[in-house]
Amino acid sequence: MNDASLGNDDTPARRVAEAVARRSYGKLVAFLAARTRDVAAAEDALSEAFAAALADWPRSGCPSNPEAWLLTVARRKLIDGARHSRIGEAAGDELQRLAETLDTTAADADIPDQRLALMFACTHPAIDAGIRAPLMLQVVLGLDAKRIASAFLMSPAAMSKRLVRAKDKIRQAGIPLRIPERDELAARLDSVLDAIYAAFADGWTDPGGADLARRDLTDEAIFLARLVANLLPDEAEALGLLACMLHAQARRAARRCPRGDYVPLDEQEVALWDAPMIDEAEALLRRAGALRSIGRFQLEAALQSAHTERRRSGRANWEAVLMLYDALTTLTGSPVVAINRALAIAAVHGAEAALAALPDVAADARLADYQPYWAARADLLAKTGACDDAHAAYEIAIGLERDDAVRRFLRERQSRTAR
Amino acid sequence: MQYLLLLYAREDGWNALSQAEKERGMAAYTAYTEALRNAGVLAGSNRLQPISAATTVQVVDGKTQVLDGPYADTKEQLGGYYMIDVPDLDAAIAWAARCPGAGHGIVEVRPVWAK
Repeated sequence: MNDASLGNDDTPARRVAEAVARRSYGKLVAFLAARTRDVAAAEDALSEAFAAALADWPRSGCPSNPEAWLLTVARRKLIDGARHSRIGEAAGDELQRLAETLDTTAADADIPDQRLALMFACTHPAIDAGIRAPLMLQVVLGLDAKRIASAFLMSPAAMSKRLVRAKDKIRQAGIPLRIPERDELAARLDSVLDAIYAAFADGWTDPGGADLARRDLTDEAIFLARLVANLLPDEAEALGLLACMLHAQARRAARRCPRGDYVPLDEQEVALWDAPMIDEAEALLRRAGALRSIGRFQLEAALQSAHTERRRSGRANWEAVLMLYDALTTLTGSPVVAINRALAIAAVHGAEAALAALPDVAADARLADYQPYWAARADLLAKTGACDDAHAAYEIAIGLERDDAVRRFLRERQSRTAR
Repeated sequence: MQYLLLLYAREDGWNALSQAEKERGMAAYTAYTEALRNAGVLAGSNRLQPISAATTVQVVDGKTQVLDGPYADTKEQLGGYYMIDVPDLDAAIAWAARCPGAGHGIVEVRPVWAK
């Protein structure tokens, strides 16, 4: 629900409306748009229904089933809207269709949860990959474009325009709101999980949480991952993604020292890790493992799990970490994985071996402006005593880093490499 | 919903085929068209003459300008189309993927503006 339409006062009506918005926004949008595929119209109608609720509830009291109340008002708005805005024969067809869809569900009955179908529509291959995560955050959770834009480092106007275009595409191209058949489910689910992970990773750009709007996005991403894991409890990768995100989230408080400086994983205070969250992640990973269908997110979660060994033994399980990176390299061939694998090699076999395993920027031009590559390279060079080269690599890494705290950290590391 | 499947391919590719290969290619299209008809989704279809037969027409300042050749001079050219009537984009994509044109060229799927 966007904040503007809920107003700013703190009345019980507003609190109930906010709670319903968080719990049910996507459910209501999915239900209203299921047949027409007109997500934008569903959102507009719902937004009007929320406004009506804020006007009505303080006077008449909150209804016993707020979702059903909102749905009744929203579908009336939707039908009115269709009557006014559509012209020609299409209006008749559409109204007929709307009436059929909307009247089949009694207002007080349980609203079927079609959020998963909505997520599959948002991440359809016919939707541009770059807008899938923002689109899902908006239509499933009701976040406004401004807040999404700040997390994805885009101007609110540009983000709004792209979101509108994506919703138009769903309606005009006839992208169905449905869960794919068994034979295409795995591939389509990957796109859903990728988009959720993208929403989460963009939340990480501000791990210190100085920017409130951005910090919140990781919670929203976890909410989405939880939703998918609950709705598809036998999909190992859905469980793997949630495990992976919970592991990362559990260490959030430890990623910055009290002064706000960046703390690398191997120097983090274990006591600051969120133990219940790690336990939940571990349980999810075990459940995923029992389904015997390994994939990228389970491997990533297993990696995080190996790092948390340090909770018990005082030392990360680097041998396991290295093995998992080997598996991930085979699975993804990603240069990012190769960089992390090199760092694991350093911990097990030493910096010389790691440097040899580090991908070469001459062979992969994408690495040239990838900060973690230069930071890893600098770190390994420093360990082998190649101080001048290390110094130069740190300089490049610092120039590529956006985050002040990480820059300070790199600068401090650089100053330790005696020249 | 109605979707137009626009079949783009390299004309020189077709011309370079042997007679037997051309016959096999035609047979594949005939079978595909038949499948669309049997499924009750075919709303229209045509194969187009080569771009050497194309003429472009534009009216500028009231004057009709006629030029030899196709509008867009690209490597792949529009060579034919199918109009199909299916429930949604997924169904349209599934039919497009079965089209022989998707194997040797590109099929663009365009929803038709609903009346």
